[in-house]
Amino acid sequence: MQKILFIDPEKCTGCRICETVCSLHHEKVCNPARARVHIAKWETSGLYIPVVCLHCETPICEEVCPVRAIKRDEKTGAVVIDYDLCVGCRLCVLYCPFAGAGIDIVTGKISKCDLCDGDPVCVRFCDPRALQYVKSSRANMMKMRKAAEKFSELMQKLLIP
Amino acid sequence: MVWNRKIAYVDLSTKKVVQKDIPKTMRQLYLGGRGIDMYLLYNHVKPKIDPLSPENVLFIGVGLVGGIPCLGASRCDIAAKSPLTGAVGDSNVGGFFGPELRFAGFDHLVITGKSKKPAYIWVQDGEIEVKDATHLWGKDTMEAQTAIRHDLGDEDVKSLVIGAAGENMVRFANVRTGLKNSAGRTGMGCVMGSKNLKAVAARGTMDLEFAKPERLLDYCKEMNDMIIGTRWAKTQSRWGTMIIFSNTNTTGLIRTKNFQLNRLEDGQDLEPENIDRYSIGTSGCYGCIVHCRHRYVLEEGPYAPIFAEGPEYTSLGAFGTMVNCKKMETVLVANHLVNKYGIDTLETGGLIAWAMELYEKGIINDKMTGGLKLDWGNEEAVFELIRQIATREGFGNVLANGFRDAIAKIGNNSGYYAIQVKGMSNLHSDERPTPSFALGIATSTRGSDHLRSRPAVDMYGLPEEVLQELYEGPVSSDYTSYDGKSRMVWWQELLYAVTDSIGTCKFQTVFCAVHAPKWNEFSKLIQYATGMKFSKTQLMQIGERIYTLERMFNLREGFTRKDDSLPERYFKEPTPVGFPIAKGKTIDREKFEAMLDEYYALHGWNKNGVPTKKTLAELGLNKEPTHMI
Repeated sequence: MQKILFIDPEKCTGCRICETVCSLHHEKVCNPARARVHIAKWETSGLYIPVVCLHCETPICEEVCPVRAIKRDEKTGAVVIDYDLCVGCRLCVLYCPFAGAGIDIVTGKISKCDLCDGDPVCVRFCDPRALQYVKSSRANMMKMRKAAEKFSELMQKLLIP
Repeated sequence: MVWNRKIAYVDLSTKKVVQKDIPKTMRQLYLGGRGIDMYLLYNHVKPKIDPLSPENVLFIGVGLVGGIPCLGASRCDIAAKSPLTGAVGDSNVGGFFGPELRFAGFDHLVITGKSKKPAYIWVQDGEIEVKDATHLWGKDTMEAQTAIRHDLGDEDVKSLVIGAAGENMVRFANVRTGLKNSAGRTGMGCVMGSKNLKAVAARGTMDLEFAKPERLLDYCKEMNDMIIGTRWAKTQSRWGTMIIFSNTNTTGLIRTKNFQLNRLEDGQDLEPENIDRYSIGTSGCYGCIVHCRHRYVLEEGPYAPIFAEGPEYTSLGAFGTMVNCKKMETVLVANHLVNKYGIDTLETGGLIAWAMELYEKGIINDKMTGGLKLDWGNEEAVFELIRQIATREGFGNVLANGFRDAIAKIGNNSGYYAIQVKGMSNLHSDERPTPSFALGIATSTRGSDHLRSRPAVDMYGLPEEVLQELYEGPVSSDYTSYDGKSRMVWWQELLYAVTDSIGTCKFQTVFCAVHAPKWNEFSKLIQYATGMKFSKTQLMQIGERIYTLERMFNLREGFTRKDDSLPERYFKEPTPVGFPIAKGKTIDREKFEAMLDEYYALHGWNKNGVPTKKTLAELGLNKEPTHMI
């Protein structure tokens, strides 16, 4: 079964290790501005949301790409760019509603998450497990358990006034 | 390359900025962060200047491996001559500013002169500008950060800012960044205020290049696994430093009612578990998997709504045990207030607790306090006094210059009740049962302070073979003993000096856990990041060089052996309560002095605490100041 990148913003502590290791792995430098994942922060309200390509089943980037440079890696499930074909028109950047594709500030090329060939380095470093790379069946169950937890809290409030 | 980041000299009087390279020799001698800041402090600050005059210089430095994804490599060091103590002023802060400054191209800023109007420094991708901050003056520490982001049109700008306390030159005003992170001690915010400098803002998108990026990445993972493998880090992840309270309050190692008791009776509401009522999760600093900061919400009560981060163990003491307040909510409100105003939580709590004891003893009265009833546990008085200190109103203004000045103003033996060393408040830990801790606060180069040396390992009663191997000499495993404790303090001083200079977090080295990264691990991190090779011995020598240079700064300012002491009460008043191991303890003066002798000898200083000629030659300090940068 295909694995998916599973994001749980509630677990994110905002340390930005994912950004740093992403740039270190891909670009061999530390530079969060060149990372393919970013933690969007609302510091005054304590919200930390990881933003990264969601590797959609029907990728909008793939649909809008005029040169068909975007395709799925069947092994890892990643939506990846074929740089031999990519002309850098940035339509994917423009149309992706999740900011999954961006522009590398040094090379000018389109830059997006490629799931590190099936071993995402951000996942490897994310100790609080806000980022996980798991089978979709597992992802479903995790969501269900979480929903059940919330449901049980609600039930307890109703039962014990 | 990573050690190639620049140093910039910013003159606030003329608004001129000069950029220079940092010679590799400086890195080999002092690494970065605190190390280079201390070199700059000794070289750029003329002897005996008034710390509030434009002649004082403010230094901001990032550690040598700052910005890498492990061990909380976020630390930024802020230094100047301290307006609180007159000694080394130096305070270290985590969060996100340090790495951002590096990504913007700079490792060190040297800020001189004084701006005529409120100003802030804006650092972006290799360029530095001094900007007007008139519209920011008067804003609290959170408002100011938000306003700067708005100003610059960039949500990702990180700033160091001061609040009302810094603007009013309260001598223990701190420098703040984010919701919680503070360069808390020695009044660096006061120095910023004296220069009319409201903030330093940074935003950077420049590559940080490494000697061996692949190996560095793998080794960072190894380091993170190593630290989170310790029980201390795991516990920290859940409770933060508040967890220390559970142990110290039970045992009787916590200052209560200033210095009258060493345990808070009925203090169960301050147990760390109770933060869960308010916590919405924890936060990590840049590059940290321990995430010891709680984000908390106070939805009800007269001070609600409050959204803030913390509190640390320090605040549990400052606004809990020391002032005899027994409610977690009191601590949460006070923590938020001091952070908003930008004053050091520890110094503020220490001064208020002292004032309460003076009030109880009748040394100060309602007339002096302006009607403020400084009774134990009066939380309203605590909140009001925090405000008065930050704004320099009423009785707050008597305390706003710190212990020395307040003792002089109040007189009448008030100094006896002040729990301070070199003019700076002690932490709320009670060091009478723990000679190693006591020696550490006495010898700290920045005034009473636990973060220069605290050998917390001492508390675990580890087998002496383990301690022998760690400290490379005999150390007693009984924490009430004096044997070998000078060695512990000396060793930790060197380790923390190096930790502060590479820019990783102290809690992620040998603080509470023996099996945490230290010399050899630091050596590898530096090698993979910079290509520079240091042996364990060389790193220890760098620690010694930094610490000895700090000592030389203090000696030049007139400090002597007699300043390396403890409040009189440590020697005279036995601890009244606690477990048998902690009860009835005083510090034995003779044994303390003997420890001090041993400690000086380990550093290579003579009986008066002055570095010997041989030591200076070995460390290459015999020609300082050398003005290399």
